[in-house]
Amino acid sequence: MFLERRLLDEAQVERLLLATAVGCGLGVAFATVIQAWAIARVVALALAKTLTGSSARQPFAIFAAATIVRALLAWGRTAAASVASQRLKDRLRQRLATHIAELGPLALGGEQTGELAGTLSEGIERLDAYVSTYLPQLALAAGIPIGIVILVAFRDLLSAAVLLVTIPVIPMFMVLIGGAASAKSRRQWTELARLGAHFLEAIQGLTTLKIFGRIHDEIGKIATTSEQFREATMGVLRIAFLSALTLELVATISTAVVAVQVGLRLLYGKLMFEPAFFVLLLAPEVYGPLRALGAAFHPGTQGVAAAERIFELLEAEAPHLEHAPTVPPPPELHIRFEDVGFSYPQHRGERAAALDGITLEIVPGTTLALAGPTGAGKSTIAALLLRFAVPGHGRITVDGVPLEEIELGAWRRTCAWVPQRPFLFAGSIADNVRLARPDAGMAAVERAVAAAGLEPVVMRLPAGLETQLGEGGAGLSGGELQRLALARAFLAEAPCLVLDEPAAHLDPRLEADLGAVMSRLLDGRTALVIAHRLQTLRTAGRIAIVEAGRIVETGTHEELLRSGGVYARMVAAE
Amino acid sequence: MRELRALLRLAKPLLPGIVLAVFLGTATVSAGVGLMAAAAWLIATASFHPPLGDLQMAIVAVRFFGVSRGAFRYAERVVTHSMTFRVLARLRVWFFERLAPLVPARTGGLYSGDLLARAVGDIESLEGFFVRVLAPPLTALVAGTALVIFFAFYGRAPALIEAGVFLAAGAGIPLAALALARRDGPLITGARAALGRASIELVQGLPDLVAAGRTRDAVTRAVGAGRRLTGALRRRAVRDGALEAAAGTLAQLGILAIFLAVLPAIRSGRLSGVGLAVIVLAALAGFEAIEPLPSAAASFREQRSAMARLLEITGANPAVTDPPIPLTIPAPWPADLPAIVMEHLRFTYPGAPAPALDGIDLDIAPGSAVAIVGASGAGKTTIIELLLRFWEGWEGRLELAGQDIRRYAADGVRAAFAVVSQRTHLFTATIRNNLLLARPGAANAELWHALEAAGLSDDVHAMPGGLETWIGEQGLALSGGQRQRLAIARAVLRDAPILLLDEPTTHLDTVTERQVLGALERIAAGRTTIMLTHRLTAMERYDTIVVLDRGRIAERGTHAELLAAHGLYRQMWDIAHREFTPA
Repeated sequence: MFLERRLLDEAQVERLLLATAVGCGLGVAFATVIQAWAIARVVALALAKTLTGSSARQPFAIFAAATIVRALLAWGRTAAASVASQRLKDRLRQRLATHIAELGPLALGGEQTGELAGTLSEGIERLDAYVSTYLPQLALAAGIPIGIVILVAFRDLLSAAVLLVTIPVIPMFMVLIGGAASAKSRRQWTELARLGAHFLEAIQGLTTLKIFGRIHDEIGKIATTSEQFREATMGVLRIAFLSALTLELVATISTAVVAVQVGLRLLYGKLMFEPAFFVLLLAPEVYGPLRALGAAFHPGTQGVAAAERIFELLEAEAPHLEHAPTVPPPPELHIRFEDVGFSYPQHRGERAAALDGITLEIVPGTTLALAGPTGAGKSTIAALLLRFAVPGHGRITVDGVPLEEIELGAWRRTCAWVPQRPFLFAGSIADNVRLARPDAGMAAVERAVAAAGLEPVVMRLPAGLETQLGEGGAGLSGGELQRLALARAFLAEAPCLVLDEPAAHLDPRLEADLGAVMSRLLDGRTALVIAHRLQTLRTAGRIAIVEAGRIVETGTHEELLRSGGVYARMVAAE
Repeated sequence: MRELRALLRLAKPLLPGIVLAVFLGTATVSAGVGLMAAAAWLIATASFHPPLGDLQMAIVAVRFFGVSRGAFRYAERVVTHSMTFRVLARLRVWFFERLAPLVPARTGGLYSGDLLARAVGDIESLEGFFVRVLAPPLTALVAGTALVIFFAFYGRAPALIEAGVFLAAGAGIPLAALALARRDGPLITGARAALGRASIELVQGLPDLVAAGRTRDAVTRAVGAGRRLTGALRRRAVRDGALEAAAGTLAQLGILAIFLAVLPAIRSGRLSGVGLAVIVLAALAGFEAIEPLPSAAASFREQRSAMARLLEITGANPAVTDPPIPLTIPAPWPADLPAIVMEHLRFTYPGAPAPALDGIDLDIAPGSAVAIVGASGAGKTTIIELLLRFWEGWEGRLELAGQDIRRYAADGVRAAFAVVSQRTHLFTATIRNNLLLARPGAANAELWHALEAAGLSDDVHAMPGGLETWIGEQGLALSGGQRQRLAIARAVLRDAPILLLDEPTTHLDTVTERQVLGALERIAAGRTTIMLTHRLTAMERYDTIVVLDRGRIAERGTHAELLAAHGLYRQMWDIAHREFTPA
């Protein structure tokens, strides 16, 4: 038996609906008992040859009423459980989406975004079976068998005793079901998932397989590994199914025992027909709920696995980006990094750069350019200024005010970001340009688009600025995307800029005036630029060379050239 | 119903298994009916106090059915699960075989593996088709027929009523469920897709959203999309719950109907009380056969659309057909013939407004090194796709070793190329397995030689597992440079006369780029080399540089000639050297 504590806490909120579902389930069982009583009554009358239209009227009416009530309650049970499950999923999704946003881009890591989006969409959906089926069924499996045995006891103690003897078999059955989910069979299910992943990979790598002429081998491999897996898994399942066999045998054998013993007592006149028949009708009902629980088990397991991932994410600590009391951003954007250190959470692996002892200064209205090899930590420095995370050590100040004490929303409007590859959201080009200023008018958008040199691109598109982008819409090339990021920044009109300089594309049409566009954007703004071009470095106010998470040199282009250090060697090498 | 036919065709070889599953299912239901009917007979007869001997038969029957039902159920579960795995394996092989000729031309281009991921999910959802969709109605049909025949011994009315119940609850309700689902099935699929998109926008667009202070809108969108899905699921659950309850109600009303119908027969003594007890309990137990049918209908509607999506993929015509009697490429490669000839080569992708290649003329001599440069969209990828014979329908001439490329089998053409591309697929496996892809059965010495040539042998020696090192999901445990050099090692093992390099250094920093280019240079010796690139590094070593622009050749010549010409190449060169990527 398995219960996921945090998921149960979550289900607590829907206890009213879940209790309704369980109540309906109990009601269904009770209506079944009533129906059994009515059937026993009618058959008893028939045996006594006293079954007539009038003597049958009462049991018929009761049977009909019980049938209708049973149908309504069965429906109510499904409906209440489903509503509970949908509400729980909605609430969890709201929390998870909010939490993902609070965790920020740095905590999430780059590689696993697909898995994360999957958890937010399909992962949460997988809780359905657990909440709407498994949980209510668990309560019913605990309640109904005992309830029916008690009712049977009123009519025939001995039969109740027979059924009761089988009740200890129930925990045994649970343990056996647990055994089905034990290490060995879990390994088989993992293996199944791995086999699925393999197949997916073979499909994704199909072109490569084709280039290497390996299609036939791969088909053979898929067939043989699947067959080997089937044989291995069936070996495990043959044992795992024994738990279900036990339940089935207990259910049918105890029904058989009840039938034979009441039959024999009837024979010797120790029991009347009607209670005997009633007991026989109820015997299988004792085990029905357990059988249903067994059927709900496997889908439920998937829900638990999904829940573990969901709660792991929810329990990840979000950075405290803002410390009250906050102040508006100072008008003078004098930015200082003071001995700033930062390290990524462990799971991101070795490639994530840690920062150590970063001390920098950006004078208002000037550009500080960062240069250094890939993975040196330039992007992390930019991310800290953008407040994607907080430094683990040291502090960043703006005109002497620690960054955390500056109102977050206002900082987002103060400091705009120009990434190398902006994400395209489903929507029109205009909507995408408006990202940082959703209320901007069309004229302002047009001006920003013109300033970024995106106009020729927009004019080529069928619906101009209203052309839909993203999945199912038009795409943009790398160079065009960069122009879009620049247009966003022009529209944002933020006094501070963090710019990841576009990598060069060998398209002279797109590259022509990029330098001019960027210097127009940087002009008069306080900016941190991750530089990839000599030209940008030459014109930047100051340059900082980053290597392995540290600043190794700072100065102007001329100073650094004269000092003959790392930078001078880099420039000479170009 | 095209989907159903396709599924049934796939099922044909599994027919014995399906028959066995249906038999065992029917046996399980029948044992349940037998148990309850014999028990009812036993109790009803016992109430007349006959001699014990009269009951012996019934007692044995009760015990027999009590034990055999469990055994049948167990056997049925084993058989059906075994079938499920077989079905999955068959579906995978079937899809893979159908898909192989269509990739990449009919599946969205050279680098579109992700699109197919959805299809893999569809296949997994089909594994239950035979067990959960096909077998239950057959079982219900067989078991129901048997039950009706059994009832006919007791009278026409109970038999007809039971037949009516089986038809209404077993066929009518599931069909109603299917009909109702026609409307909201697409609704749910659409809501699911919208939720997936909104989730991806939130997660992958998070940096942009956070920086712009717009996370709240994206969260609201994702949550809203989720609500539309859960709303649709709720409506479906409520409706399906009603249908399921209705099926149960029909069965119970059937019992009431039997009661009413047999009243006169009971009165006249044509039907005994014992007979009534048997019929009623048999009817109750027989409902088990119809119980899984509404959910079978629910599964079927999902599986039908999954199958429809798969058929849509596999139904495309292959872009390339092999000639009936293909030529073989002469070995050793003829030194007197040009390796590749393109003349007025023109190609337009189906449905595209403009040609991707628009009159390419290019001769590549054996052993020469040619670079094809151009911006993205200039037509570089198209040249690769045509050379690797992924497309037909081009105009002009395209020859390999002096013969029209269409006169070779596609596999034969590809055997002439060793390809290293920016997106060469590394498989989630060991280094050895990835290398063996290029030359199955290669000895260790050959593998190390290839790693040596690719400049990767020191790295692999330093890895704890050596050749057995697990390279992570699609090679992500390796660095970008290591991945690329592993792809190069694979090309070395391939040992093909033409080296086709598709932007092999994209996404690499300068130092790594130099390592990779160095490795490429070593293995290029003595081979015809075609390099497609938009990075202008070490261009001096190419005999010819071809500058592509919007599907045409804008310029050609050596590096020095092109620089001096002050044309497009010169502009590109200047752009490239504005770039500052320090080591």
